Amino acid sequence: MNLHEYQAKQLFEQYNIPVPRAKVAFSSTEALGNAKELGGSRWLVKAQAHTGGRGKAGGVKLLDDLTELEQFSEQLLGSRLVTKQSGAEGQVVSAVLIESPAEIVRELYLSLLVDRSSRRVTIVASAAGGMDIEEVAASTPEKIHTQVIHPATGIQAHQAQSLGFALGLDKPARQQLSQILRQLYALFLDKDVSLLEINPLIVDQTGELAAVDAKIQLDDNAVFRHPDLQAFYDVSQVDEREHRAGEHQLNYIALSGEIGCMVNGAGLAMATMDLIQLHGGKPANFLDVGGGATAERVTEAFKLILSDTQVKAVLVNIFGGIVRCDLIAEGVIQAAKEIGIQIPVVVRLQGTAVEAGKALLEQSNLNLLTADDLTSAAQKAVAAAKGRI
Amino acid sequence: MAILATENTRLICQGFTGKQATFHCEQALAYGTNLVGGVTPGRGGQTHLCLPVFDTVAEAVSVTDANASVIYVPAAFAADAILEAAGAGIELIVCITEGIPVLDMLKVNAVLQDFPNTHLIGPNCPGIITPDVCKIGIMPGAIHKAGKIGVVSRSGTLTYEAVHQTTENGLGQSTCIGIGGDPIHGMDFIACLDLFAKDPATEGIIMVGEIGGDAEERAAAFIQAQINKPVVAYIAGTTAPAGKRMGHAGAIVSGGKGTAKHKFAALAEAGVEIVRSPADLGAAILAQLSS
Repeated sequence: MNLHEYQAKQLFEQYNIPVPRAKVAFSSTEALGNAKELGGSRWLVKAQAHTGGRGKAGGVKLLDDLTELEQFSEQLLGSRLVTKQSGAEGQVVSAVLIESPAEIVRELYLSLLVDRSSRRVTIVASAAGGMDIEEVAASTPEKIHTQVIHPATGIQAHQAQSLGFALGLDKPARQQLSQILRQLYALFLDKDVSLLEINPLIVDQTGELAAVDAKIQLDDNAVFRHPDLQAFYDVSQVDEREHRAGEHQLNYIALSGEIGCMVNGAGLAMATMDLIQLHGGKPANFLDVGGGATAERVTEAFKLILSDTQVKAVLVNIFGGIVRCDLIAEGVIQAAKEIGIQIPVVVRLQGTAVEAGKALLEQSNLNLLTADDLTSAAQKAVAAAKGRI
Repeated sequence: MAILATENTRLICQGFTGKQATFHCEQALAYGTNLVGGVTPGRGGQTHLCLPVFDTVAEAVSVTDANASVIYVPAAFAADAILEAAGAGIELIVCITEGIPVLDMLKVNAVLQDFPNTHLIGPNCPGIITPDVCKIGIMPGAIHKAGKIGVVSRSGTLTYEAVHQTTENGLGQSTCIGIGGDPIHGMDFIACLDLFAKDPATEGIIMVGEIGGDAEERAAAFIQAQINKPVVAYIAGTTAPAGKRMGHAGAIVSGGKGTAKHKFAALAEAGVEIVRSPADLGAAILAQLSS
């Protein structure tokens, strides 16, 4: 689960991590009120949407005129911001953050993440802040500094110190950095964060550090133990079909192809997409019906797949382990009756109760294409999508 | 011979009396697994599936002499269950539970450093099976056939594909391990490959990876340096877009890292026979063994 910048900064404030003065607004009137309340003569208006590269995409503007500020906020709110990371459809702007601009002397980069290689929380820092950190890492890896945190000790004093030196900070700023790192790590553990990124962490004209941007990704598996954070869930930021899938315990991700996929198991679902491409087609989605698939869930899965009008054929690929093939077959039949499937459906069943499943499909008199192995299933689906079957 | 799950395995089940555990323990017993009891706190002294139930793992170990445990407890309590098993001296811990918070697994991983003889498989995995001998987990027993191929995979259903194909072509399997789809888990590819390399019953190895992380790249280096048996590998997720988590918590391409392309390239460079289609795993390992 991703947080908005303003939500992440609320958490920062709770943990005494310095952030510029700012207030979130959900309407342009509110935005205007916030600017007046903050005072000063210049304000940053920052689009709140779950995507990176907002600045370059025109989602962040420094303004010194209140009328312009109100207009710009009006223009942003509810619009779709298309950034380098958002995809062509863009991401809807659900709020604007009105912020007093900091006097920036230096821009640094700081993040904490769960590193799967070391199996530890790891700090990544760089003096090259405000830029695309992946590019920095690729072109000038010597500018990236890391410290691996042992869970028994937390961040050790020398680790924070050495990062301070690596970033070229003076003594007071190094001390402040140590304090910030300890607080960030506490926040990271308390809230089950999986990624926390500050880009940039700035040094202002008084030598103080502040988090000008903030990105937090929470561990979906741990949200259950943070009822306070569940209020941060912003449904407008989640693909409508993906949200619906989640409500039915289906794992669905929309893609841009023409062959809908319904598969059990994440690995086999990915492999099915790969197979479709290998045989000249394009998958329309990733869909894992999971281990406890019932006829109802299969029907829901079909509805989801078919709600994508690009879909020209459906490939059902099930290797029954816990999932019984006869239950899947029942689901396919029920879906066909309930929603009337107008496009070709290729079904490949294997594993637990496969014979019973196949028998049900045969008796159903539905116009289904069946396949026994992966290759022929993918080939048939591709041919069907191209109108060749 | 086989690895980890053998005729000497004495298995208990944590979360024994739950619905999922009951179903899969019945299947394991029917398969012939030496299941000797189970643990459900508060139900000690009862019997379930004609086997004794204990309140704690330590008690179960002292009475039954168990050396392996399979865990079906809910995600919120699973990390604790793993550590309880390790603390009680269990050497093979198989955690089926999915959805365990990653910071819980981070702590488990750190504590397990103190238990060098303990092997953790999973979490979020189908488990481990040595055909005809010992089935620990949720895989369908009937598709397996005792034989010579070691299978190690991050994905459950893709493990079944590899198994199905090696059963159909007559090779059979020595042992199959699903190591799980979480970012922090127990045994990795290298640990499994190492055991397969030393196992006389294993003549060839099928490795199924997926996008995310760098476990496959590290495995490639290990195979090149240490493995003299044929290895066939497939990586799922060539078509997965960056930034999208493909079901498994660990299956995500982020920051240009963890792509299928990069993993395929690393494996090919290490001399591993790679297949672009999971349908070709069985034929490829057969060809490798015949040549």
